[in-house]
Amino acid sequence: MPLDSLPLDSVHGAFPLLSLLVWLPMLGGVLCLLAGNNRPQLARWIALGTALLTLVLSIPLLTGFDFTTAGMQFVEQRAWIPAYDIRYHLGVDGISVPLIALTTLTTVLVLIGAWSVIEKRASQYVASFLILEGLMIGIFVALDAMLFYVFFEAMLIPMFIIIGVWGGPRRVYASLKFFLYTFLGSVFMLVGLIYLYLKGGSWQLADMYALPLTMHEQTWLFFAFLISFAVKVPMFPVHTWLPDAHVEAPTGGSVILAAIMLKIGGYGFLRFSLPILPDAGQQWAWLIIALSLIAIIYVALVALVQDDMKKLIAYSSVAHMGFVTLGTFIAFGLVRDFGNTDAARLGLQGAMVQMVSHGFISGAMFSCVGVLYDRMHTRMIRDYGGVVNVMPWFAAFWVLFAMANSGLPGTSGFVGEFMVILATFQRHPLLAFAAATTLITGASYTLWLTKRVIWGDIGNAHVAEMTDINAREWIVLGTFAAGVLLIGLWPKPLTDMMEPSIAHLASQLAATKL
Amino acid sequence: MTTMPTAADLLPLLPELVLVGGAFALLMLDLFLDDSRRIVTHLLAIGLLLVTAWLAATGIGGHGSVLGGMFVRDDMADVLKAGACLLTALALVYAWPFLRQRGLYTGEVAVLMLFAVAGMMLLISAGNLVMVYLGLEMLALCSYALVAIDRDSPLASEAAIKYFVLGSLSSGLLLYGLSLLYGATGTLDLALLRSAIAASPETTLLLTGTVFAVAGIAFKFGAAPFHMWVPDTYQGAPTPITLFIGSAPELASFALAFRLLEGGVGPLDDRWRLLIAGLAVASLAIGNLIALVQGNLKRMLAYSAVSHIGFVFLGFAGGSATGYAAAMFYVISYAIMSAAAFGAIIVLSNQGFEADRIDDFKGLNARSPWLAALVLCIMFSLAGIPPFLGFWAKLAVLRAAIEGGMLWLAIVGIVFAVVGAFYYLRVVKVMYFDDPVGELEPRNDRPLQVAFGVNALALLVLGIFWNPLMTWCQQAFAG
Repeated sequence: MPLDSLPLDSVHGAFPLLSLLVWLPMLGGVLCLLAGNNRPQLARWIALGTALLTLVLSIPLLTGFDFTTAGMQFVEQRAWIPAYDIRYHLGVDGISVPLIALTTLTTVLVLIGAWSVIEKRASQYVASFLILEGLMIGIFVALDAMLFYVFFEAMLIPMFIIIGVWGGPRRVYASLKFFLYTFLGSVFMLVGLIYLYLKGGSWQLADMYALPLTMHEQTWLFFAFLISFAVKVPMFPVHTWLPDAHVEAPTGGSVILAAIMLKIGGYGFLRFSLPILPDAGQQWAWLIIALSLIAIIYVALVALVQDDMKKLIAYSSVAHMGFVTLGTFIAFGLVRDFGNTDAARLGLQGAMVQMVSHGFISGAMFSCVGVLYDRMHTRMIRDYGGVVNVMPWFAAFWVLFAMANSGLPGTSGFVGEFMVILATFQRHPLLAFAAATTLITGASYTLWLTKRVIWGDIGNAHVAEMTDINAREWIVLGTFAAGVLLIGLWPKPLTDMMEPSIAHLASQLAATKL
Repeated sequence: MTTMPTAADLLPLLPELVLVGGAFALLMLDLFLDDSRRIVTHLLAIGLLLVTAWLAATGIGGHGSVLGGMFVRDDMADVLKAGACLLTALALVYAWPFLRQRGLYTGEVAVLMLFAVAGMMLLISAGNLVMVYLGLEMLALCSYALVAIDRDSPLASEAAIKYFVLGSLSSGLLLYGLSLLYGATGTLDLALLRSAIAASPETTLLLTGTVFAVAGIAFKFGAAPFHMWVPDTYQGAPTPITLFIGSAPELASFALAFRLLEGGVGPLDDRWRLLIAGLAVASLAIGNLIALVQGNLKRMLAYSAVSHIGFVFLGFAGGSATGYAAAMFYVISYAIMSAAAFGAIIVLSNQGFEADRIDDFKGLNARSPWLAALVLCIMFSLAGIPPFLGFWAKLAVLRAAIEGGMLWLAIVGIVFAVVGAFYYLRVVKVMYFDDPVGELEPRNDRPLQVAFGVNALALLVLGIFWNPLMTWCQQAFAG
């Protein structure tokens, strides 16, 4: 099959919007650091202001987005390191824009959520999140492989600090494990990228997409990238860093980790593995599908037996991310073996919607646990019970998010999962059946958790003293709820935005590079 | 060539002549200064180094091979000499408060450093086997004396003796190798040596000479398994001296390796490239694994130095102009990082308090967030995390290794880079995650704080804008 290498026209941005989105949060972070630990309130306001400004700046991305083209938009390109031909090349398409919007929104909510909760070294706390936001947006907009890698690795530094300084009792272990695990994965990707550069002469992603590679090369590169992204997603069996990181991280850290950082793994598959290595992807899709199904089924069962709320939601995250990788790689078999491009697009879109939806749902669930933790200072399920009696509004939000986590139609959790199951069914009904067990297991661990924590009689005297959510928490949980319902009831704008890019990606999967 | 050197012959030596002349003048001047006026010597020494750096960097005096081929001045030489002078000037700035407080800053310290730099410059420009040895010994003897400057410290004296004995042994090995090369080819001139080897078949004599030369080079660099002097010398010497021998001489070692291996026995490269690769693996393994268990920061940085030399050798093993440019870029980056790391220890140290244990940094973020942030930059740069300079240096040598067909070596490199990240993270961990223990008042010396701030921030700034430095390195080997 001929390579579909029509060079897509890039739409250059007249205004450096993407650069602003990347650097403004980092500048805000530095300003917060300069405000110092003696002026926490000033630092908090600078941080919130910067985050809100970045959120406002991401609106033109949505409104000014061209829904008809799959080419990169708002492109900025200039030379950065001519000695190694590394360029400062930014651009977005239908795959990156939803994730950027998710990032800017979640950062605002995290800062609001931490307002009066984090007292120790507050200026450094907010600064870390702002710098992290800038780096994460950088990952989503980078079109030069080395620029992507710089943001990809640099992101580990603020997260390491966040978990280690403001985390729980085993925070040192968790932060070191997180850093070294992820670092080990990504250095293999570095070698892979260097190889691609030496072979193709360019770091630009577009050139790598067009670069012909032998099956042998593709296989090695596929595994190099796989190690890196599989740790990030995280896929079974390299997911063991996530429960520790989530449990020990402060609430804001858990929210950002779950909502955004896991998506970077999925994004990496869509941006790197699929278009650059389509033949290796086809050959090894079975492995990814198997690992995804193990994550969906087995890890969900692991979540069932947890007694720490955060650990339960962490394992639930792994299970939900299994749908992302399943939807991504099921597309290969659909396109190559069955010629069913529609189903392939459905699978890819399902993976993307699942990413955005999971961002909202897990962000919301971790925020809910944070609300409880701020009052009770415990995450163990047995310390709770009958929360609905003292915190009815909170319970309402919790139940909504629990339903979304279980995949109830009407919430965003259903949309992504359903699309992936539909696509998988057209590949093989048994695979779809296996994936659909999430509707059982997801509901079981989430609803059992809800039953033990929210429903029933008041568990103990401490629970009886809890107060319902205040205005600040209302904003956070309310915004998440709005997102969950909006995507659940009307996902069309989201899928329309992604459609051209996903269609283009599906055509890249169909073409062979051999 | 027994005629008197003409002016044209001596012009390329202008930086060296200025430096040596100035050093002698300073030595004389210092005799007439009492201890309260020592600042004059200190400032004049720094000024002299800055002038020499400027002379070297701007190429005044011209390039060429002079004095019968003994002295070669080219682009590479200019870059390395400027770097060595600047790093030594920085070392002097760091040395002043530390050594003054302990009453160790005699005039000889400044002058010895100047002569050490002169030795480095001769080594960097060596075109002849004897010149190589001359420059090397001049640098080495000054270094031995500097390490021993604290006469009352048994630790420093032990370090100096170990350095001296092992250094002399390795100089002997190197000299033996050079003599074998002379015996095989009949010439001491490096350029003629190269063409003689290219013309003649490979003999055992040549290979043996090469192996001994590599041994001498490995010692100077501090590569495993010739690294035994590094931990004890780094730990025992006064910290500013450790800073000096950990930064500037690495540039001279690079020049030694390049002149001898590529310039001298270049045609035998399919032999020594594999040897260098083996040394790289040994250095990466030993350096990283043993650094994991160190509690003394200076000793940990010493073993980490061994591992970084492993990365430099990755560039050498890759070969070709890209490989050498990458290795030189790595050496310069490492020298800056190393100076900053030891500078951090100096900034934190005080009267009777060495600040050389990792636990001394506990809770630094609570006491002094600015200092902790700077040390964070240094540690992540050493670990090779973007956007800091250390990452780009690793990228360069990894690219060189892969391009040179040594993918396996690159993979060994990255795996050990991850292993090595742990002990750098540990320093960040004690600063940020632990509570402060005891009193930890950093020095109030303004030039020191400024120098340290610039040094540490350079790792971030150069990490973003590393193109000029890399272009400079690439141009040095473009010919």
